[in-house]
Amino acid sequence: MINIIWVALFLIGMGYAAVNGTMDQVNKALFTSASDAVQVCFGLISVLIFWIGLMKIAEKSGLLDKLSRLFKPVMKKIFPEVPPDHPAMGYILSNTIANMFGLGNAATPMGIKAMEELKRLNGGKTTPSRSMITLLALNTSGLTLIPTTVIAIRMKYGASVPTEIVGPTLIATCCTTAAALCIDRYFYHRRKRKGRK
Amino acid sequence: MGLITTFSTWLVPCLIAIVLLYGTLKKIPSYDAFVEGGKEGFSLAISVMPFLVGMLVAISVFRASGAMDALLHLIAPLLSAVGMPPQVLPLALMRPLSGTGALGLMTDLIHTYGADSFIGRLASVMQGSTDTTFYVVTVYFGAVGIHRIGDALKVGLLADLVGVICAVWIVTLMFS
Repeated sequence: MINIIWVALFLIGMGYAAVNGTMDQVNKALFTSASDAVQVCFGLISVLIFWIGLMKIAEKSGLLDKLSRLFKPVMKKIFPEVPPDHPAMGYILSNTIANMFGLGNAATPMGIKAMEELKRLNGGKTTPSRSMITLLALNTSGLTLIPTTVIAIRMKYGASVPTEIVGPTLIATCCTTAAALCIDRYFYHRRKRKGRK
Repeated sequence: MGLITTFSTWLVPCLIAIVLLYGTLKKIPSYDAFVEGGKEGFSLAISVMPFLVGMLVAISVFRASGAMDALLHLIAPLLSAVGMPPQVLPLALMRPLSGTGALGLMTDLIHTYGADSFIGRLASVMQGSTDTTFYVVTVYFGAVGIHRIGDALKVGLLADLVGVICAVWIVTLMFS
């Protein structure tokens, strides 16, 4: 899908330029944007080194584990079918906390391990269980505390207050997550109704 | 609204202070841990580079040719009715499909319209408020061999739609 979109952006752009005589601008854009992209990545280096370095301290000192224990009561409500002391719950918690702190690389393996445990709980079936869909909903809504990449790019392009979007983003991401969980519940009850008929 | 702005400026320094204090209290070598994590951060930033170059070049060709403006002109009447600038629609559509694609579009919007513009702020909030639904579904279910997606994709995409609406609403409320 993304491959088609990527190629289409080029081909439609070039086709449009050929018809409308903007080939000059396209040529210029080709090379300036490539160097722009590299510079944006250089901007990302500083922020990602600092942030992921800091999060390593949080991880090693056990702060992240402590936070996940804090979230356990909430998670028990969100995942009623997972026994609270099952390893799946631990992985779900680590996955959520890592996502919240913008550690996508650490979150994905935890999420996959959680899925494996949930599949085992579900008797190894190839159809997703209720909890698996909930975990996906939680991950796709992307609960983030601090959007570091976005802040870095805003800095690069001279925002007067690069972090001013932290509050609004947090509100938006909480709404999305709440909506995802509600929609997930709705679909679950719909499936159950259909199953009974 | 001033409260949220204050919160935004205080959250990052406070988090840093908490992490450093807690690390020191637990007697872990904070600086060593920082450097170790920093290396991961470095390779992460470098590994994003090819994705971002590919996406930004494609988007800028599309924009420079005039095709982007033609497309925006076409959809503008539909979106101005709900108070959403048409310029962010491509970002809203790309967000669930590809994380780096969306990052490229957001960078392009901030570059073109300015970080402090309404569009720049809206793009920033949209980028940060949801995750790449198709990627998450493919990776998580693919890794453990779930073949039937069930309702997962529907839940994710509906939540993405809510996210876009929320972002437009909050940014309008706070910054315009």
